[in-house]
This record gives sequence, structure tokens and C-alpha cells, in this order.
Amino acid sequence: MKKTLITLCTVAAVATIHSCKMKTADSAVSGDAASKVYVAPGKYDEFYNFVSGGFSGNVTVYGLPSGRLLKTIPVFSVFPENGYGYSEETKAMLNTTNGKVDWDDQHHLELSQTNGKHDGRWLFANANNTPRVARIDLTNFRTQEILQIPNSAGNHSSPFCTENTEYIVAGTRFSVPMGDADVPISSFKKNFKSTASFISVDKNTGRMKIAFQIVLPGMNLDLSHAGKGPSHDWFFFSCYNTEQAYTMLEVNASQKDKDFIVAVNWKKAEEYAKSGKGHTLPASYAHNTFDENTQKASTVMEKDVLVLDPKDCPDMVYMIPCPKSPHGADVDPTGEYIVGSGKLAALIPVFSFDKIQAAIKNKTFEGDFYGIPVIKYEAALHGEVKKPGLGPLHTEFDGKGNAYTSMFLSSEVVKWRISDLQVLDRAPTYYSVGHIMIPGGDTREPYGKYLVAYNKITKDRYLPTGPELCQSAQLYDITGDKMQLLLDFPTTGEPHYGQGLPASMIKDKQVKFFDINKNHNEFVSMGEKNTKVVRNGNRVDVYMTAIRSHLTPDNIEGVFVGDDVYFHVTNLEQDWDIPHGFAVKNSSSVDLLIMPGETQTIKFTPVKQGIYPFYCTDFCSALHQEMSGYLRVSAKGANVPLKFGSGVTAPETAAK
Amino acid sequence: MKKLTNPGKISIIAVIVLLVSLWFFPMWRIDLRAPQYPGGLSMKIWINDVKGDVDIINGLNHYIGMSTIHKKDFPEFVFLPTTMMVFMILGLVVLVLNRKIGYYLWTGVFTFIAIFSFYDFYKWEYNYGHNLDPAAPIKVPGMSYQPPLFGYKKLLNFEVLSQPDVAGWCYICAGVILVSAVIYEWKKSVTK
Repeated sequence: MKKTLITLCTVAAVATIHSCKMKTADSAVSGDAASKVYVAPGKYDEFYNFVSGGFSGNVTVYGLPSGRLLKTIPVFSVFPENGYGYSEETKAMLNTTNGKVDWDDQHHLELSQTNGKHDGRWLFANANNTPRVARIDLTNFRTQEILQIPNSAGNHSSPFCTENTEYIVAGTRFSVPMGDADVPISSFKKNFKSTASFISVDKNTGRMKIAFQIVLPGMNLDLSHAGKGPSHDWFFFSCYNTEQAYTMLEVNASQKDKDFIVAVNWKKAEEYAKSGKGHTLPASYAHNTFDENTQKASTVMEKDVLVLDPKDCPDMVYMIPCPKSPHGADVDPTGEYIVGSGKLAALIPVFSFDKIQAAIKNKTFEGDFYGIPVIKYEAALHGEVKKPGLGPLHTEFDGKGNAYTSMFLSSEVVKWRISDLQVLDRAPTYYSVGHIMIPGGDTREPYGKYLVAYNKITKDRYLPTGPELCQSAQLYDITGDKMQLLLDFPTTGEPHYGQGLPASMIKDKQVKFFDINKNHNEFVSMGEKNTKVVRNGNRVDVYMTAIRSHLTPDNIEGVFVGDDVYFHVTNLEQDWDIPHGFAVKNSSSVDLLIMPGETQTIKFTPVKQGIYPFYCTDFCSALHQEMSGYLRVSAKGANVPLKFGSGVTAPETAAK
Repeated sequence: MKKLTNPGKISIIAVIVLLVSLWFFPMWRIDLRAPQYPGGLSMKIWINDVKGDVDIINGLNHYIGMSTIHKKDFPEFVFLPTTMMVFMILGLVVLVLNRKIGYYLWTGVFTFIAIFSFYDFYKWEYNYGHNLDPAAPIKVPGMSYQPPLFGYKKLLNFEVLSQPDVAGWCYICAGVILVSAVIYEWKKSVTK
């Protein structure tokens, strides 16, 4: 009896110890989480969450707190769902100096700001691979402009903005020679440079322009954030590989104890640029804009870029030592504290803007890096967060004096107090968290209600889907002393950074349909009476209209193999949420999704003779299935006259 | 001939002022609601125009073969404003002549216009709802789509509510004032 009891006790004790040690992920949610994320049918979410689409090249939009996917905005990748990048109107959006580049790697997002707060006008997105910055309009959730960045590779520290969206930045992750120079890779130190581009944004139109580029020594710029309030004039970039390695970076770029936060006084840079201290270098880069009026994207190839060298521009750039291979460079809402996250460091250094200014004034430098003054670490330091966790990456703020840092290696979010650098709370993530986002968390006024963690790994979180799993976001309630995990939701591509703003800021500004009277597309058909088919050589232009529930014309004959047939389809509807789709059998490219009041064009080049049905692809009405027509394609040189119509039954004789 | 009382004279001004609203506000509104139109659709009938979601309603009507609504198809939009203008000028004439009999006649004209307008409106609704395109895609046996003259009706998946709008209420108010004033004037002349 006694023996049994002892055995049972031992088993119980071992079991208890075991469960304590090995906490499992499914026990992490406490009681009322469901009610906090439940958005009842017919109710709206409280926040829009814009999430970078990583290697999908898109931006996705989710509602918070529900985590429901609301929209995919195609930006840097072609998108078959709505013809973005395929239609004749949007093709030019993806033009670069390397031709049409249909894919990219979209990492970070930034909402436009006024006075350091969200103004709900534009969303900026970066493309990492073919360096580009895009602007998305928040009234129609469409990409309006894409600007290529010259002298850059791996446009990573981008597209962060200054407090009044004066500038969007684009910093190089991979150093490369300026221009297209052909040099040995081993001449890295001599020939490779990193650049920080400052893109000015027109206050009224949002139109972007590279105002100037600051050329920096060859190293890897990683992330950045603008100063605010007292540090308004400054921009902070993190960098790594100050070892200047160009092979086996894993080891060779992880040798130094400290890399740098690069502090750039952009106001000074602006003055230098205006006073002619810069050099205009030849450069070639595409500037693509979408004209709402003509509904067409066009490309202008820019010819040069203004470059500022810190050597010629004293007091413009300073280096602040930061342990060790810093990733995030995040500025708190007061603008006083700059948090560097050494991804290989076991602590988080927090710098003080006041102290940096004092050090500059007193020249408390410990030397220079290619002529750029390096401020003494201790002189710039507010303090270090000790033992925060492993692999600090990114920090966001709640506006109540607290900072939240993502820990990649220890897979957790750590909350700490900025004033005394004490760790207050930690919450596990599932798994390997990258960026975190608090709506408004990088502005002067965070909304401070939720925190979203964007995770890299999701094994065991959702139903398995073969070897390829979705990525994931996790939502935490941060209103209390302790962070509370509320929800997991799957995301597209690999989400990097996100932005969030209250739905009320933009929901009532949404365009519901385009006014057809303002449709100045050169191929518009203003009403069914104006539809036609025009042949010019081997080019055939079909001016077509779509309205519930027919296409006009719906019978077209006299088209030959090898013709370039352009279908210009105008959606005549003037009602919210009534798009029409358009696809042709065996279409060589894609379909269209045409919004009410809009015209879109798809090019079709038939390679075989035959009858090609075309139809509406978006279930638009009770008679959607009937919304179709036929294109007759005859052999080249056949004697078939051009004929088109709708609602007219052809005379029997014409039928052969 | 008996002269108008002071309240009678004031009522003429009031009626004219109320009728001026016809040029500034819609007379009548027909609201439609269906599951796929959560915000509802609304057609507003003015003295000289039809506004609101007419294009959308026209788009929907083609399924059941109803004719589309266009401003140019309504001669009413020319003769109704003219009639009302003449009626208001007649009011001023009555005021100047200052005779009870004039007032009674004026009210009579009003009543005639009101009844005729309602009859005309009903007739339009009847034709609109019954004269369907025989080639319409959707045919529901025994179904017509005549909107209610006044009040609520369910038409297929649509709930339809027909009621006066701002100027319509002003018009009704004018009618009430006219009738009340006639009674008042009549009583005054009998007691004197």
C-alpha cells in the first residue's frame, strides 16, 4: 500500500515537473480571447491592418481584431485575379530598366503621416529585389506609382517616412558599385557603396521623386526609422557587415562586436542638395505612374540622380556604434529614444537623442569610419535592456512609455519600460517572430490596443498542407499589464512589416465606383451605340461594353490567325460592387476584372483558327452565365469580311 | 360679394410659400430595399425631374422586362410646373380681388390638380408595372410590378415604400390650409 502510494506520488510529481518544463502552444490562450476577436456578421473590424506580402509581391489587408483577409493589393507582381500587370492599362506599372519585372519581394509598409500621425492618404511599399518604392492610394486601394531606385540592391531599409511625409527613404541592403560598373567582387572596399535615397513626396498629389542620394561606405544598410518631435530632422538607419565582407557573410560579417546606427541629418542634407554640394550622376531608372484620368499607366525613364558625399557635407552623417549586427532601428513616440536591435546581441541598446546631440557638440568621437565621425557608444547611450531574450529584431511602442521587442531566436515578444529599461512581461510567439506591429506604433500617437506579431514558421498551428505552409500573424491584447494572446491568423507570402490604422480614418473615403463621365480612356465606349470593331493592318481593336447581363458586340467575325486583337471593355455599370470580368477562350495572358465606369484592355493573339467564346468571369447577376459571345477566327488570308453585332440574327446566307 | 377675412388672406400667402418648396425639394419618394442592396435604393420624384438611384433601378428592371425610366419620357415634368405656376399666380389674383368666391374657386382648382396628378401618377405606375417586355428573361406568372401609390408593398425580393417627400408634405399642408380656410370663410359668412 505504502509502496503504491509512493509510486503514485512519484509519477504525479514527475508528470507535474514534465508539464511545467514543456509548455505546449495550445494552452496559451485564456478564457475571454474569443469574445475579444469576434466580429459579428454585419459588423466591421476596428482596424485595417496592411501587411507586406513578402515574396508574393503583393500587399494584403486584414481586419483587426478578427484577422479576416479583406483584400490583396497587387503592387510589384502580376495578379491574375484582376489583370494587374497583364492589362494594357497596367502593364507599364512594372516597367524597369531591366524590362518588365513581374515579381518582387515586398518587405515593409509605411502609412503617410502628417505631424507624426497617420493621415490616411497613402500607403508606401518597398520592393527589395529590383529596388522600387510604390505608392498606394487609400481611397481605392490601388497602386498609383512605382519608382525604381538606382545605385541600390536589396532595397531593404525602406519605405519609412518623415513626420510630414516630406521624404520616403530607400536604403541599400547589398552594397554595389555606383552605376553599372564592371569590377572584381574582391574590390568591394574600393568600389562598392551603399546608398540612402531620399524620395520627396508631393504634398498634394503624392508624386514621388528622388531628391538626393547619400553615398555611404560599402556595408549593409538594414532598417530605418525617421526621428520625431525633437529628432524631426534626423533619420536613423541600422547597418551590419561593417566588416565589409563579400563572401561567407554568415561568419565574415559577424566578427565585429559593434556595427552602427547611421544617423543622417536630412534637413542638412536637403540644404546641401539645394546649395549645390551634390554631384549629378548619370543614372537610369523607371518612374511609373497611373493616370486616373486616362486610366493608363505610363513610364518615364529618369536620366540622373543627385548624389551627396558625406565628405563634402560636414555634420550630415554620424555613426553610432551598436552591438551586434543591428536589425531594427526604432524611434519611440517622443522622438527622444532610438532603439537598436543587435540581432546577435544579448541586450538591447537604447540611445538618447539629447545625448547624441551633446556628443556631436562636444565632439565625443571615438574615431571615424571612412571619414564619417563615430560617436562614442557610452556618450550616445541612454542604457541597455539586460537579458531581454535572444535575437532582438524589431521594437514598437504603445504610447504609454513601454516598448515591445520581437525576439527571433527565443520566439517571443518582450515588453519593457523605456525610462528604466526594466523587462515587464514576455509572451511566446508561434514561431520565430520577425516584425511586430502596434497600430500607430511607429508614430507619435500609437493607438496602443493591439500588437500583431508576424511569424516566420507555423508548423503545428494550422491544418497541415503538405510541405508548404502558410505564414502567420498573431494578435495580442496589450491594454493590460500582461500581454494576452487573442488570435492566430494565416497570411500570404512571408509577412514582414505591417501598418495599422483605425478603420474610421479611411472607411468612408472609399471610392465605390468610377464616374463613367470622367472616363477618359482613349478606348472607352460611351454606351453600347458606340461599340465597334476597327481593323488597322493586323491590329484589331474591339470597343466593347459590359453591363448586366450582356457584352456588346457579342458576335465578331473577320479576325484572322496572327492578328493582334485588343479587347477594350468598358463596364457601363454605375453601382457599387458590380465589376464584370472578361476572358477569351485560350487567352494567352489572363482575364480582366473591370470596375464600374472603367475601361480595361486585354491583348489576344489567336494562333489557331476556330470559334473562341468569350465571357464574363465575375458572377455578376442572375443572367451571368448568359453574359458571353463568340469570336470567329479564320485562317490567314480567308475571305471573311469584318462583321460584328449584338442582338442581330445574321441572315442565313452569311452563315456560309 | 363678400370679402376675405384676414386669416383667409394670410392663408393665400402661406399656400403660395408652401408650394414654392416644390422647386427646392422632391415631392415623392419610392424606397426599395433588398438583401443585396443593404443601403437601399431610392427614387425621388421632383416637380420637373426624377432623381436618385434611377440608373441602378433601370439596370435591375431589365430582368423582368420593365421599361426604363428617363426624364425625357415625362410630359408631366413640363406641364406640372407650368400648372403650379399658373395656380400660384391665380392665388395672387384671388388676393387682389379679395372675394370669397375667388377663394372657393381657387381651392377647387387645387383639388382638381391634386386628384388629376394622383390619377396620372397611378396610371403611370400601372403602365410601368404591367407593360412588360414579352421577351423579358424572368417571367413570374400572374406577377405585375406596379409600385404602391402610397405605402408599402413587397415586389419579389424587393420591399417597396412609397410616400411623400418634403415638398409633398408641403403640398399636403397647402391642401389642408386651403380646405380649412374654405370652411372658416364659409362659417364666417354664414354667421354674419
